[in-house]
Amino acid sequence: MIENALGIPILSILILIPLLGAGALFFFPNGQKEAIRSTAFGVALVNFVISLILLLYFDSSTYKMQFVEKAAWIPGIGVEYFLGMDGISLLLVLLTTFTSSIAILASWSAIEERVKEYMIHLLILEAGMIGVFVALDMILFFVFWEIGLIPMFFLIGVWGGPRKLYANIKFFLYTLFGSVFMLVGILALYYAHGSATGEYTFNLLKLYEVSYPYNLQWWVFLTFFLGFAIKVPVFPFHTWLPDAHVEAPTAGSVILAAVLLKMGTYGFVRFNLPLLADASRAFTPFILVLAVIGIVYGAFLAMAQKDIKKLVAYSSVSHLGAVMAGLFALNQQGIDGGVLQMINHGISTGGLFLVIGMIYERRHTRLISDFGGIAKVMPVYSALVLIIVFSSIGLPGTNGFIGEILILMGLFKMSALATVFAATGVILGAAYMLWMTQRVVFGKITKRENLDLKDINAREVLTLLPIIGLILWIGIYPKHFLSLSSASTARIAEIVERNAPKTERVVHAESAAHAEGAAHVEPAAQHADAHAPVHAEAHGGTH
Amino acid sequence: MPAGLNINFYAVMPEILVTALALIVLILDFFIRKNKAALGWVSIVGLLCILPVAAYTNEPYPVFGGTVIADSFSAFFNVIFIIAAIFSILISMDYLKKIGVDRGEYYHIILFATVGMMVMGAANDLINVYVGLELMALSFYILVAYRVTSARSVEGALKYFVLGALSSGILLYGMSFTYGAAGSTNFMEIAAELGKGDNTYLTLGIILMAAGFGFKIAAFPFHLWAPDVYEGAPTPVTALLSVGSKAAAFAAFLRVFTAAFPAFQADWSSMLWVVSAATMIFGAVVAISQKNIVRMLAYSSIAHAGIIMIGLLAFNDTGLSGVAYYLLVYAFMNMGAFTIVALFRNKGRFENIDEYRGLASTRPLLAFLMALFLLSLAGIPPTGGFAAKFFVLSAAIDAKYYWLASIGVVSTAISLFFYAKVIFYMYMRDPEPGAEIAPSSGVIYNIVLFCTAIGTVLLGVYPAPFIDMAIRAVRPLLM
Repeated sequence: MIENALGIPILSILILIPLLGAGALFFFPNGQKEAIRSTAFGVALVNFVISLILLLYFDSSTYKMQFVEKAAWIPGIGVEYFLGMDGISLLLVLLTTFTSSIAILASWSAIEERVKEYMIHLLILEAGMIGVFVALDMILFFVFWEIGLIPMFFLIGVWGGPRKLYANIKFFLYTLFGSVFMLVGILALYYAHGSATGEYTFNLLKLYEVSYPYNLQWWVFLTFFLGFAIKVPVFPFHTWLPDAHVEAPTAGSVILAAVLLKMGTYGFVRFNLPLLADASRAFTPFILVLAVIGIVYGAFLAMAQKDIKKLVAYSSVSHLGAVMAGLFALNQQGIDGGVLQMINHGISTGGLFLVIGMIYERRHTRLISDFGGIAKVMPVYSALVLIIVFSSIGLPGTNGFIGEILILMGLFKMSALATVFAATGVILGAAYMLWMTQRVVFGKITKRENLDLKDINAREVLTLLPIIGLILWIGIYPKHFLSLSSASTARIAEIVERNAPKTERVVHAESAAHAEGAAHVEPAAQHADAHAPVHAEAHGGTH
Repeated sequence: MPAGLNINFYAVMPEILVTALALIVLILDFFIRKNKAALGWVSIVGLLCILPVAAYTNEPYPVFGGTVIADSFSAFFNVIFIIAAIFSILISMDYLKKIGVDRGEYYHIILFATVGMMVMGAANDLINVYVGLELMALSFYILVAYRVTSARSVEGALKYFVLGALSSGILLYGMSFTYGAAGSTNFMEIAAELGKGDNTYLTLGIILMAAGFGFKIAAFPFHLWAPDVYEGAPTPVTALLSVGSKAAAFAAFLRVFTAAFPAFQADWSSMLWVVSAATMIFGAVVAISQKNIVRMLAYSSIAHAGIIMIGLLAFNDTGLSGVAYYLLVYAFMNMGAFTIVALFRNKGRFENIDEYRGLASTRPLLAFLMALFLLSLAGIPPTGGFAAKFFVLSAAIDAKYYWLASIGVVSTAISLFFYAKVIFYMYMRDPEPGAEIAPSSGVIYNIVLFCTAIGTVLLGVYPAPFIDMAIRAVRPLLM
């Protein structure tokens, strides 16, 4: 069953194209590296273009699932092949298709061995990630979730750095350990829904409609939390991330940071908040504490790193702590900010891993102390690095600022104390990032090897330009992006914040919430440059 | 109980046909002197012809004085047994030549073992369970010792024989207690007697029988024989042992405990709960430290037995059909994995996991298939192993065995560690310079690998029809 304006199963096509591309690559001779690279890039690009077509037909005025496809899969137990997307999924799917294309471009010269298998794994990974974001059946979601694990396992394990085996085992076991518990939670929900309504189904939209007993919610929340928190990673579960990032090849790091981690935060926003609203509220203090610890602790760890890649990896822990804090502010601004910050982090951290990959290809080292003054020899590179660093810090005018300010605004309504600590993350972020930039990019050239570094070539500039473009676009006019997801975030906030009835609500309330959400966003964007922090506080105080 | 014997040869047709096939192979053995593999082909063709008969034999009422019941349950398991036997014989033909014991009786002993399994699956009477079990076990005692020149093989066989005889004794002891308490060996009559008067002896009988079956499925703490026997036996026999023998023991286990002791469900499930949990954890944890791939697979099969037991414990539609489905999937994925192990052993190698290093660059397809089977054993979607685990766990949640299900998923997560280790060696280590390149798989191996791989993937991607089959299969048990 297909319900959309296009009349074609476009989400299935999005998943199938990379898979078919991977299948086609299988038959390429191993030696034809250029052909393999071009084909893989072509496939990813086509997929990106198709995901842009989704934008044209997407109706951002409703939180309802769009482009829905439904078919029986295992009818005996109510498992369906059920795809659909709302604004949050759309943003993340766009991020996925975009990042995948960029990742392939970035591996052009970095990967010389077993290129074919590498590209096959990247494309399978893309299919799995898209599947995670559009699956509306819990089992289908779980299947895609696990499918994404296997190519990543190979990407780190085969093309990774010297300690790849250790990093890989850690990554694989951590994530699998979390996800198997999630499966138990899904099943518990399934039977609870079945015994409450008589209909046994894994259909997410139907599962939404029932209010579950608090006790069950509590346990299911815990299992989901394990699965998603490890993926995000939330504070005590973060130790796999730096290892995996450091050992992964550039494209692997980019995808890991930009998309895979978002699977965890997406899980929270799609499942925990709306499905388990009571438990979400009960767990909020606990999660906010973990998120804030993540923000501050991650930032301090980042400051102490000698390896640039590790620094960025720990900065991810910090940034994703902020995303979690935004989501668990349990109001629309916070969730809006969390969702936007997922995208922002994907763009800026993805970009940072790209530029680290470029310099690593030239010098085969990532130690901060091995660089210094490369602005003199690589001016174009340095300029672009600077913009990405600004975005990561959240400088006004870049995307990071909008996300952070929304998160802090939302969080203030929930807990002023948490906001104070979360805000220090912004300062600390600026500190470690700028300090790193100063030591790497500026100053005098102290190492002879750095004297004859070549500036980045056209392909590399081409890889970075879209990222720079997005950084500025979201930074200057975020409404294009926020408006896509605002109906969905408003709906989620409504369920979790006000404990609204889960069935159909009146149209009036929807439009009101929508207008409110938009009203919050616009002033923040317009006054971004001058007095945004003041504005945020004043705004938070009025509530 | 219908009066009279109710003789119906059609109901036992699959067993008769396989027995006849075994006898034909036995006689042909005298005439075919040189090429003993021909006997293997005769067996395979015969089994393929019997397969549809076995699959469609459905006479859902007890025959032969209530001792045999050829219902959808026995038909489902017959299919598993025959498929396992076919795969096992296919990989045996080449294997036996390589190890230098190319003798004809091998094939008909495998066929007799298959008959034993089928008798177990269709038994409706304790005596029949025992007869089938002994026929299977005696055949396996011979098969395990088949590498006569290898001390390990003989050692394994001796261990299997001594412990197997002991466990048969325990099983028989339990059966005699049950008979003493219930006054009958027929499942339905036992069930009818339950709860009348003092049940002490019946309880004792149940415990002893659980121990007997626990031995055959290699459940903790009756698992001690498995690693040694798996390692010593010729690999095709190990494959059949781990798939067929386990499935047969589970079939009888399910039938006895659901048909004869349903009223005691609360009692036996609390006992089996502990056994299942211990088996899952023990198998998975011990497998981690194994360096030999067969021993690793042996411990993995112990862990799987624990997980399959969850389905029996749950004692509901999903759980019992989950057991049946799991064993079907297990037949494909474990056969596939053992086929690759058998291929490796041909060249007189040992089977250290170390030997798989760099397989991805020397034999990419073989490495890919091995990875597929291992990931399926680990329960990663979209393979059959995931679907199977999913049903069993789902049944546990339905029956409110939350802790058991949690232990099950922990065991799954632990088990991933050692399955992934093999994949590491294949993909992420370079082959040792100068090392012998892995043997190329012949046509026969390729057929087996292709079929098992298709089965493993199909049962994961499109499980619906097979699950319906499994649900139909267990329906007689829950009536």
